[in-house]
Amino acid sequence: MPKFEHIKKILVIGSGPIIIGQAAEFDYAGAQACLALKEEGIEVVLVNNNPATIMTDEEVADKIYMEPLTVASLEAIIAKERPDGILPTLGGQTGLNLAVELADAGIIERYNVRLLGTPLDTIKKGEDREEFKRMMIEIGEPVPESKTVNTVQEALDFAEEIDYPVIVRPAYTLGGYGGGIAGDAAELQEVAKRGIAASPIEQILIERSVKGWKEIEYEVMRDSNDTCIIVCNMENLDPVGVHTGDSIVVAPSQTLTDRQYQMLRSVSTKVIRALGVVGGCNIQIALDPYSEQYYLIEVNPRVSRSSALASKATGYPIARISAKLAIGYHLDEVVNPITGYTYASFEPAIDYIVTKIPRWPFDKFPQANRSLGTQMKATGEVMSLDRNFEASLLKGIRSLEIGVHHLQLELNLTDEELAEGIVEATDTRIFLVAEAMRRGMTVEQIHAKTEIDPFFLYSIEKIVQIEKQLASYSWATVPEELLKEAKLRGFADVTLKEMYQISLDDVRNRWKQLGWAPSYKLVDTCAAEFVAATPYYYSTWQGRDEVKVSEGKKKVLVLGSGPIRIGQGIEFDYCSVHAAKSLKRLGIEAVVINNNPETVSTDFNTADQLYFEPLALEDVLNVVEKEQVDGVMVQFGGQTAVNLADPLSQMGVQIYGTSVSSIDMVEDRDLFYQLLKKLDIPHIPGISVNSEQEAINAAVKLEYPVLVRPSYVIGGRGMVVLNNTEELVSYLQETTFSFPLLVDKYISGMEVEVDAICDGEQVLVPGIFQHVERAGVHSGDSMAIFPAPSLNELQKATITRYTEDIAREIKAKGLINIQLVIAGERIYVLEVNPRASRTVPIISKITGVPMVELAVKAQLGQKLESTGLLADIPFFAVKGPVFSTVKLSGVDPALGPEMKSTGEVIGLSYQIQTALGKALHWKEGICQPLETGDALFISLSDGAKEEMKGKLSALSGLKILATPGTAAYLQQHGLAVEAVLTKAAQVKEWHQTTEIKAILNTPTVGNKQGRFGFELRQVAVQLNIPCFTSLDTFQSYLQVKAGNVSDPLDLNVYLQQKERVQI
Amino acid sequence: MKGYIVLSTGDIFEGELFGDQRGCSGELVFNTGMTGYQEVLTDPSYAGQIVTFTYPLIGNYGVNMLDDESIRPVCTGLVVGNLCQTPSHYQSNNTLSEIAEQYGLSGIAGVDTRAITHIIREHGLVFGKITTDPSELVPTKPATGQVAAVSTKTKTKHSGEGPHIVMFDFGYKKSILTALLDKGCAVTVVPYNTNFKEVAELNPDGIMLTNGPGDPKEMLPHLPELKKIIEAYPTFAICLGHQIVALAYGADTDRLPYGHRGSNHPVKNLKTGKVYMTSQNHGYMVKESSINTKYLEVSYINVNDKSVEGLTHRYLPISTVQFHPEAHPGPSDTDPLFTEFIQQCQAIGEKNYA
Repeated sequence: MPKFEHIKKILVIGSGPIIIGQAAEFDYAGAQACLALKEEGIEVVLVNNNPATIMTDEEVADKIYMEPLTVASLEAIIAKERPDGILPTLGGQTGLNLAVELADAGIIERYNVRLLGTPLDTIKKGEDREEFKRMMIEIGEPVPESKTVNTVQEALDFAEEIDYPVIVRPAYTLGGYGGGIAGDAAELQEVAKRGIAASPIEQILIERSVKGWKEIEYEVMRDSNDTCIIVCNMENLDPVGVHTGDSIVVAPSQTLTDRQYQMLRSVSTKVIRALGVVGGCNIQIALDPYSEQYYLIEVNPRVSRSSALASKATGYPIARISAKLAIGYHLDEVVNPITGYTYASFEPAIDYIVTKIPRWPFDKFPQANRSLGTQMKATGEVMSLDRNFEASLLKGIRSLEIGVHHLQLELNLTDEELAEGIVEATDTRIFLVAEAMRRGMTVEQIHAKTEIDPFFLYSIEKIVQIEKQLASYSWATVPEELLKEAKLRGFADVTLKEMYQISLDDVRNRWKQLGWAPSYKLVDTCAAEFVAATPYYYSTWQGRDEVKVSEGKKKVLVLGSGPIRIGQGIEFDYCSVHAAKSLKRLGIEAVVINNNPETVSTDFNTADQLYFEPLALEDVLNVVEKEQVDGVMVQFGGQTAVNLADPLSQMGVQIYGTSVSSIDMVEDRDLFYQLLKKLDIPHIPGISVNSEQEAINAAVKLEYPVLVRPSYVIGGRGMVVLNNTEELVSYLQETTFSFPLLVDKYISGMEVEVDAICDGEQVLVPGIFQHVERAGVHSGDSMAIFPAPSLNELQKATITRYTEDIAREIKAKGLINIQLVIAGERIYVLEVNPRASRTVPIISKITGVPMVELAVKAQLGQKLESTGLLADIPFFAVKGPVFSTVKLSGVDPALGPEMKSTGEVIGLSYQIQTALGKALHWKEGICQPLETGDALFISLSDGAKEEMKGKLSALSGLKILATPGTAAYLQQHGLAVEAVLTKAAQVKEWHQTTEIKAILNTPTVGNKQGRFGFELRQVAVQLNIPCFTSLDTFQSYLQVKAGNVSDPLDLNVYLQQKERVQI
Repeated sequence: MKGYIVLSTGDIFEGELFGDQRGCSGELVFNTGMTGYQEVLTDPSYAGQIVTFTYPLIGNYGVNMLDDESIRPVCTGLVVGNLCQTPSHYQSNNTLSEIAEQYGLSGIAGVDTRAITHIIREHGLVFGKITTDPSELVPTKPATGQVAAVSTKTKTKHSGEGPHIVMFDFGYKKSILTALLDKGCAVTVVPYNTNFKEVAELNPDGIMLTNGPGDPKEMLPHLPELKKIIEAYPTFAICLGHQIVALAYGADTDRLPYGHRGSNHPVKNLKTGKVYMTSQNHGYMVKESSINTKYLEVSYINVNDKSVEGLTHRYLPISTVQFHPEAHPGPSDTDPLFTEFIQQCQAIGEKNYA
């Protein structure tokens, strides 16, 4: 059936900012789908307030609304645009929820918009456990039996009926609090009692536990003609019990017979048919390892993280095809662009094994609870491909960038601790398993403790065996056959280097002597059955190479940014993608290396040649040698890529842009200070210290407060502001970082940020961002306003001059990011990043200056045409951070020098308050503006009390609750206090009767568990009450008036109002 | 032991031998299924062939008692990437290499099966030899007489309450028999060369022509007798059976460039427009232009290459499919075709008895 002729304009809902559980995969899917619609001649109207996305690029959608994802905002857009259809299945949970809310509010009907893709009641069935269960029972498919009970006896009776183990889930508690698993009646007595007590309505759900079963996923597509295909299936290495987003996952399944594979395939098609999904659907199934019994666990009737993974794992573009199906096409009418020959109704056959490993933020949050369960905690993931599992796994580990390149962590554990440690799933369990094998535990013993399928354990055992064999030789005596086996099974050159205490050159030279190099194989969806033209490759150390290396054309390698983590997010993928596209436009061949399956940069048509490989030195070098690239661009892939500049350059690879020695000049503290001194630019006084005593002396010399941090870290990891020696000593005792540390004077002033492009001489500054929070809050976590509203012309000129001087002095070529703080008359330079930054995509979008393209040209030697600071845009853009703290128990949401946010949103308006409001109230149910009579809880530190003086009138008309000290202070200044609360629990109680709209809590010493403030902030997270820990953010919030929502505008309208400099 | 797979194209791949170390030779084909190696190696249609698995991890779940498609491995040899010697599955009884050894099947592991697939795709007909001596010549004569070799010599009756189906064994997969028995049929498996009179004596309600190995034209001498039989009873034909029916009505068959072997082939029902995922294993196809449309019409086509995937007789209850509705390995999307056939047998049976 051809496409629907009556659908000419479609509203696409994006997923908004990156949060845990909803990452870059929706940008990848959304961008692909929008382009698929546009090529059908459909006008695409997009709503997405995540500015760091490719999806919100001009060429992806016809109209781009970077507006809040609220019902009011969507209604205004629908009223204005009058789309024929709305496609919510590309926007993750956010998109689906919004579609449901729009339908419930009658808006879809009122404006006669057709909901495309998946029917509304299917969305609801997928989301509502009870509805889902009912439907499965209707079609005769098993779901784990469950029953809601109110007493321990009822729990015991039901458990008797369904058999142990059972899961106890208390009703209405967050994150599964108070629940657990009971293996027998005695345990259930305990757990049920505890669960009933934890539930505010004294109710628990008893459910059959399938913990330890195999967790299998199917990615299914269905069209309106009822044709169903499986894109691929996947098997979780971690059995049921760990969220699939937190599991190591392989594709295709490895331990299922064809009978089982087909049984679950049939179940999946039956379920998608019953749901009536048109498009893609993810189906999760638990399979008993010892019988053919299975249970359906979950369905996601939309594109998802798993579908992005399945797309990248097979080459089948699920989002693109889903979009085509949504407008009426059938699977057998859509050509698979990877082969250009087969149709979308062909089930991909793959001839390699894919491993996905999650990337967790525990390196940034050492206080967080590292155990993995039903709540996803990973911020990103890596994917690796090879022709055996061992190599696929080891490559994945190398891609994680967690400081290890082998299945080996430095562990200080006794055998008993180790045996204990592997029982619970954590981010390090896979390493512990390998270590347990090194110490002699058998596959059977480990299987008994972990329930990980022996197939996977045997593979890990194989890795350990190869290690042992290698270790029995010296580099001179190790036999060729063994080295070959090690490389075939994915051992890194670095692993050999360390094992034999030799240099990386020694290792690589030996391969050259032997004539060994990795072969690159094609990802083609069809296991080589048909010719495929798509240049999408992975390496393997066996067999024939398939890459036809082009010659004659200039060729540049762009390094991607790897997995999404706090401090290095989707913005760098945006930059990598634009770099590749710019190169292509310039007639240069763009080669990209990346390993993040969620991204646009790893889409099959972004680069001329895509290598799905770890971003480790050896893997990059192999591609450089294979492709014979002219040079490498390192500015776009975040710190990951910048860190490779020096080692690559030492290996003789040309690095485009700012030179390695210049990078050093701004990254090495001492060189940096010398540079600033030479340019007569003030910098914050600071001292590098090597011992506790030195640190104390330095702090005394600089005068408290001081900022302490390790050198060379991303995202302010381990950075703190300390007010006295006591705090300093306690920090030094607790920190996991080793000396040298940097001690800086902490200067509390207004922070501003500049992103500029330099061609080695001239500099273009598209604008200046002003942070809402004063210095001391990580730039990634602060709200920021563009153009800077508080700067005077002199300050702007000084900032521009500093930027120009620094850029010129280091002969910067390409992008440069400078952070400054203004304290009184002085403007200090805080740091210089010789690379793309978080704000580059935002500035590019709101100013219309194609920053990445200009940077690419500058790196290739072209001169900038316009220079200097550009005139201010006539509207305001506010960048707001978005946190995922609710998913990470134990993490303090208080703002500080260490970055904690996972994503960002943007608010656009001609009025600054409205723009602030859109960045704060960016989604339904988040941070609504205060109205007269709303309740507010306040707890201020002494310093904050001082500062609040004179600004207290803004609080009048609100119902104020406060801690005793704060209450006394407020009353003293003439404000009525409704109640005085001393315990966090009281806040909870209050909230149940009178909704507390916001909490203001300025912390004294952050991160101390057990303190009132810490507890209070945890309660805020649990109850989803906005909690302000900075007076600056709070004051901005107070400025936002309820109902003050401006007319939503297409980004192009904002941009058209001002004639920008022709770039 | 170190060994080689030598190709008729001159390519040589080194690997590790398993199973019967004496080696073997035959036509080299590839199967793209990601599961189902046990079903493949016991499928009689692979008689005379060396099967390359494009999926590189083979043997992961071992070999069990349930999934054999015939009583023993039938293909000539196996080429695999990574052979798993430590399988993990609750049903597994043996490793794949144990089975290969037990039944004298030659295999080679540690080979770049993707490269071999490439070569087959480019050359079409390729022969291979698994050997310890890479200088040996590869015989390039296609095996003949495979149907006679694999077909049963005796009649075997399986009882059931439903219609009685006489199943011509050209090298049948056990799953075809199972599909019929599971749906209540009584089935008599007969040798491929059973004549009309013998069939009539069995008093069947329907005829099943099964899959089998080799060039369908080897069956030319048997066509007149077979045509008589299928015109007398409701008939369902699979794979080689489908090609035989086409030949019986004057159509021509030809070699596919490099075969359809895998579990992911989409076919379209031309009447309903519905698309199904099917399991396939055939090196020959019915030439569409040669079909006598006076008698036969095309019922299914392959979505990718548009080749003929099924036929129906315009007047008689004869239907055929090139793919494998019995699955094993592969999806069972088209399993309802058996039910349709059985209903047809019943309906006609009732008419006859009415």
